[in-house]
Amino acid sequence: MSRREQIVLLMVLAAACALPFFVSNYRIFQFTLVLVYSIVLLGLNMLTGYNGQISLGHGAFYAIGAYVAAILMDKYGVPYWATIPVAGVVCLVAGFLFGLPALRLEGLYLALATFALGVSLPQLLKYKGIEHWTGGVQGIVIAKPDPPFGLPLSQDQWLYFFVLAVAIVMFVLGWNLLRGRVGRAMVAIRDNHIAAEAMGINNAMVKSLTFGVSAMYTGVAGALGAVAIQFVAPDSFNIFLSITFLVGIVIGGLASISGALYGALFIQFVPNISDEISKAAPWAIFGVFLIGFMYLMPMGVAGTIRLGLARLARRAQNSRPRV
Amino acid sequence: MDAFLHQVLAGLATGGIYASVALALVMIYQATHLVNFAQGELAMFCTYISWSLINAGMPYWAAFFITVAFAFVLGVVIERVIIRPVENAPVLSVVVVFIGLLVILNSVAGWIYTYTIKTFPSPFPEQPLFGNRYLSSHEIGAIGVTLVVLLLLYAFFRFTPLGLAMRAAAQNPESSRLVGIRVGWMLALGWGLAAAIGSIAGMMVAPVVFLDPNMMSGILLYAFAAALVGGIDNPAGAVFGGFLVGVLENVLGAFVIGNDLKLSVALALIIGVLVVRPSGFFGRVHVTRV
Amino acid sequence: MALLEAAGLHAAYGQTRVLHGIDFSMEEGTITTLLGANGAGKTTTLRALCGMVRTQGEMRFGGQRIDGRATEDIVRLGIAHVPDGRGTFALLSTEENLRLGAYTRKDREAVESDLERVYGYFPRLRERRSQQAGTLSGGEQQMLAVSRALMLRPKLMLLDEPSFGLAPLIVKELFGILRTVNEKERVSMLVVEQNAAMALDLADHAYLIETGRIVLSGTADDIKHDDAVRRSYLGY
Repeated sequence: MSRREQIVLLMVLAAACALPFFVSNYRIFQFTLVLVYSIVLLGLNMLTGYNGQISLGHGAFYAIGAYVAAILMDKYGVPYWATIPVAGVVCLVAGFLFGLPALRLEGLYLALATFALGVSLPQLLKYKGIEHWTGGVQGIVIAKPDPPFGLPLSQDQWLYFFVLAVAIVMFVLGWNLLRGRVGRAMVAIRDNHIAAEAMGINNAMVKSLTFGVSAMYTGVAGALGAVAIQFVAPDSFNIFLSITFLVGIVIGGLASISGALYGALFIQFVPNISDEISKAAPWAIFGVFLIGFMYLMPMGVAGTIRLGLARLARRAQNSRPRV
Repeated sequence: MDAFLHQVLAGLATGGIYASVALALVMIYQATHLVNFAQGELAMFCTYISWSLINAGMPYWAAFFITVAFAFVLGVVIERVIIRPVENAPVLSVVVVFIGLLVILNSVAGWIYTYTIKTFPSPFPEQPLFGNRYLSSHEIGAIGVTLVVLLLLYAFFRFTPLGLAMRAAAQNPESSRLVGIRVGWMLALGWGLAAAIGSIAGMMVAPVVFLDPNMMSGILLYAFAAALVGGIDNPAGAVFGGFLVGVLENVLGAFVIGNDLKLSVALALIIGVLVVRPSGFFGRVHVTRV
Repeated sequence: MALLEAAGLHAAYGQTRVLHGIDFSMEEGTITTLLGANGAGKTTTLRALCGMVRTQGEMRFGGQRIDGRATEDIVRLGIAHVPDGRGTFALLSTEENLRLGAYTRKDREAVESDLERVYGYFPRLRERRSQQAGTLSGGEQQMLAVSRALMLRPKLMLLDEPSFGLAPLIVKELFGILRTVNEKERVSMLVVEQNAAMALDLADHAYLIETGRIVLSGTADDIKHDDAVRRSYLGY
């Protein structure tokens, strides 16, 4: 990472740490959700942006993570912070298991299969047979955690910092993964899977693992989200959630880590802005935003920034006097 | 046995609707290699237009044909104005535009017409035809309309020069330009036809499920699944897929699962088919040469 | 007035410039060949004439400017392009391919008689008229591509490496038919070729292009009989 990139990153982190002391509790809550969504979008981006496997069903993994956390806290009294890794592992396994048969499906067919996953899970969650665990249609309510060690923070502030810490860990892990051999293998499979196989990459293993890791990220985020919202219910995890995640990574920028943050900001705040512009048909305004963003920035925010910086660099190079 | 036969036949009736929408999806896919997720909302919106016309006193069939014409024009306009600017963008970016379109159509329909359910008339008589016990007149009529539409489409593509040009433009745009075909307008035409077919499907299904802005979302999902099962690049396959999915959904819902989980189970079965035959029943198996 | 003229023609794919200001012209009723090695810019020249590449400079057909115009419009002026790779509509039948060649024409009866004439030149196509075009052999697809172009009743035909991948006997047969078409129907032709020997036998005039520039021009006879030129530029 270049010097300039390091400085920008430090500035962003500093701003993120300072934020909770300058805004209202509700805003802190909204930004906590932005962090949660950015973890989801990083996970989904690994799968779709870097590895080329589309998923219209990541809402299901988010739901699984959320319910794991809720059930552990509600039925077994597990402390909130311990539920996060459990949710991650459960979703890692679930994602891997889903990724295995999905190996045979490409493009549209994979889209349908993941779409089916996204549509069915809320229905399954409402199923009477497991109502004892899941709380059925009403869902489960969980308690908001208090800051530990009697720290002088509000609950919302503490939760924000907790999520921020997890997010930083997840982002660092992700950055390392994508930079290394596995990341390169993922991209190779996306760009030319026949050549990748011929080069000795085990396509099946990499693709299934990517599914698993992507689901793990989403599950961790789901658990964090459940703790932040203090409530899980089947209807909060419907197909629109999955579609929103997909919209998020495209708007943010595929195959980019910073794109996860831009996308998260978009999906958290633009619906609110749309609502303010028109109470009568807010989703119509949201749709206009979607189309507008795609016209102006078809490569997503991160992609457009990258192109812009490259163009500036080229212009600077051209204007330098030739020796 | 009696009840089973009834479910199968009713499944064929809904299957006809799925087949129509699946056909519209395949048509746009063949021309653009994209699935138009907004197809269902377009159909729903046009059905509302028809409802407005009928409510204003227009006779049913007049409203029907005017709506079909309107749908055609709307499809052409949407392609030229909204889709054309992003036609060279990455696939997923175009998908997001489709999602935007879907959301706009749904929201505007809800805003203009509200979310309360409305009844939509059927042009077919109340009493069952030929006194049969299995299918209502509307169900038979819907199947009939579907078949007529499919036949007309087939004849158009197979026997007219314009249909030939559209097929050519979808398969090989570069060569098409070399023989003078205006490929952009062929695309717009495809959208227009798909929208028209969708509007017919909407008007056939509205009497049964009642008209509301979310009427088509379940149908779109089944139509998408049907198109894939039949082979996404095969129009005949889409029709077959539609009828298959319709029967499957009805039989499962009535005898196996019950209405709550039938969506999940139907989808699971469809995915099962796709895992075994990844190109669908009649799709072209793509052999990639290394 | 020359049928086809280009002056100061530049062409680029994105940032990569391929043609660096070439000039050439063709008279009506003649066959001209454009020779050169791989990557010299021959295909790009044909694509530039059809509006398929970004260009700078002037191009005129029958006195009219055609630079900057869309491919579909240039076709309607009477230019038929037989692209490299043949551009067959693989999933359509042979006859459907041929009928598409006449897509822009309004004279129905003349189209039918042209179809018969084309089958006369290439009887094998008539045998395979209902067969899927993608299943035809390489030679048959080339005949199909040429026939499709003829169905336009073009004033000018652009052919991109028509001998590519074909056995010499078939090339001879094909070039013989091209000669006949040129003489009987006054169809002018611009033929891009790597196979210099056969092309010089067919053509009246020749240009040689090297890395995007014209380095040689003259009558085909002169170039064929100039040993020095042949050896240094054409390698035989």
